[in-house]
Amino acid sequence: MITRDDVYHIANLAKIEIDDKEVDDFKEEFQSILEYFNILDEIEEEVEPTFQVLPLNNVFREDVSKKSLPRDEVLKNAKHVEDGYFKGPRIVE
Amino acid sequence: MEMMTVKNWRERLESEKAYDLVSELFDKIEKSKLNAYITLNKEDALKRAEEFDKGELKGKLAGIPVAVKDCITTKNLRTTCASKILHNYIPPFDAHVVERLKAEGAIIVGKTNMDEFAMGTTTETSYFGVVRNPYDLGRVAGGSSGGSGAVVGREAVLALGSDTGGSIRCPASFCGVCGLKPTYGYVSRYGLIPYANSLEQIGPMASCIEDLILLFEVIAGKDERDSTNAGKEFKFEMKDKKLKIGIIKEMGAKDEVIDKFYEVVETIKSKHEVDEIEMPSFKYALAAYYIIAMSEASSNLARYDGVRYGYALDKLDSWTKYFSKVRAEGFGKEVKRRIMLGSYALSAGYYGKYYLKALKVRTLVKNDFIKAFKNFDVLISPTMPALPFKIGELADPLTMYKMDVNTVPINLAGVPALSIPIGFVKGLPVGMQVIGNYFDENTMLNFALWLEGEIRAN
Repeated sequence: MITRDDVYHIANLAKIEIDDKEVDDFKEEFQSILEYFNILDEIEEEVEPTFQVLPLNNVFREDVSKKSLPRDEVLKNAKHVEDGYFKGPRIVE
Repeated sequence: MEMMTVKNWRERLESEKAYDLVSELFDKIEKSKLNAYITLNKEDALKRAEEFDKGELKGKLAGIPVAVKDCITTKNLRTTCASKILHNYIPPFDAHVVERLKAEGAIIVGKTNMDEFAMGTTTETSYFGVVRNPYDLGRVAGGSSGGSGAVVGREAVLALGSDTGGSIRCPASFCGVCGLKPTYGYVSRYGLIPYANSLEQIGPMASCIEDLILLFEVIAGKDERDSTNAGKEFKFEMKDKKLKIGIIKEMGAKDEVIDKFYEVVETIKSKHEVDEIEMPSFKYALAAYYIIAMSEASSNLARYDGVRYGYALDKLDSWTKYFSKVRAEGFGKEVKRRIMLGSYALSAGYYGKYYLKALKVRTLVKNDFIKAFKNFDVLISPTMPALPFKIGELADPLTMYKMDVNTVPINLAGVPALSIPIGFVKGLPVGMQVIGNYFDENTMLNFALWLEGEIRAN
């Protein structure tokens, strides 16, 4: 059973602010979706997990530096910029 | 109305100026009711058309109008992923596939509408509104590449889509066009804004198989900027061979769709050997798919922090408050749902129950395909289990997820699959899914080319 507290906890893990009305909707939806996911409990066969499908190996190359994007191009999409840097919110309260 | 193809567009270019044809195309798009484009590339497209008229544009797609799904990065052309959180994002670089389009002389018409971050089956989750089905404006065009499906042959000659769990094949089926989800690793994902990296591929959409092949040849190939790129180029070889075709028993559809499907199976039997095949792991594929996709989404979409790009608040607050508020205001409901469920599936105590279990199902699905391709050359099924839905018909998220039941096993295994139009039921298009073995697009495309010819002749 998913509780309202579970939904708040999940929202906090995902760093998404939610209000009381949303909590009720998500609670119902999560309940039915997670119940559906329980179908996987039927599986007893033990196999190795597949993280990705191709048999890929490490590829090595020479450590040669390449030109990066110009600073002003990279900063042009940011709202808060100072002295050629991104400006973020306070980390320490 | 005759659909635009590369062939008939080139024929028109022999007697008319590209500039006039492209202007005419934009007139049509600007009057369109489909809502298929988010951003138009008019000025640049007309400039490219002028270059073509001067003989300066060369390549396999010289002068051909191509639409690009809005989760594929285009330099200096707004790229939104149909989300409020990227509504103002102007990328400083091109995706690998866009570089290839430009190098081959294509004219990029604009960026097509989609489900927000490609999360959906109907394009109803777009921040920019639903895409309408060209055959019935009251119905959806499918998703998530709904805009690309709707414009192919109508408001662009070709289009690029992306497919995480059916997002190319579903709109191809619903809009009566062709769409290919390539083998995982065939097309570089560099510049594809990620939703679920281990599942998704960029692929071509076109109004006929010949055009699908052409666009696939352009976009497939080596790119070291995508660490999962297989480094293989694709060159189509015509082969006329009797094939062994398997009908997947677990992939069904509503009666009206399945009747059409079996009508075409009769046509297939005139040349090929057809038999049924069981894929027992598919019972678990949908749940496994959603767990993996949501888990990868929760990690991928952590980058939207309102700091480096996209939607931002005027005032910087403390980190947790700012971050949580930007995401609350910037993401739509389905995206929040998937990020949250993904966070849950990966959280302490649930990793083994959900995520790890889903990865094991993935192994079972992959093994079923490997086994099947020992006996069959291609596998077939209806692409979608139903006809295009009415707008708003699928209100409950889980009901919507279940519509992906025939398409998601392909992405779990990473094999290629395409959707080809096989006719109409009640005036609405029906698609057949054709699935191939790893890196054997050639066999499935040969089969599709033959089938298209038979369907047109009947």
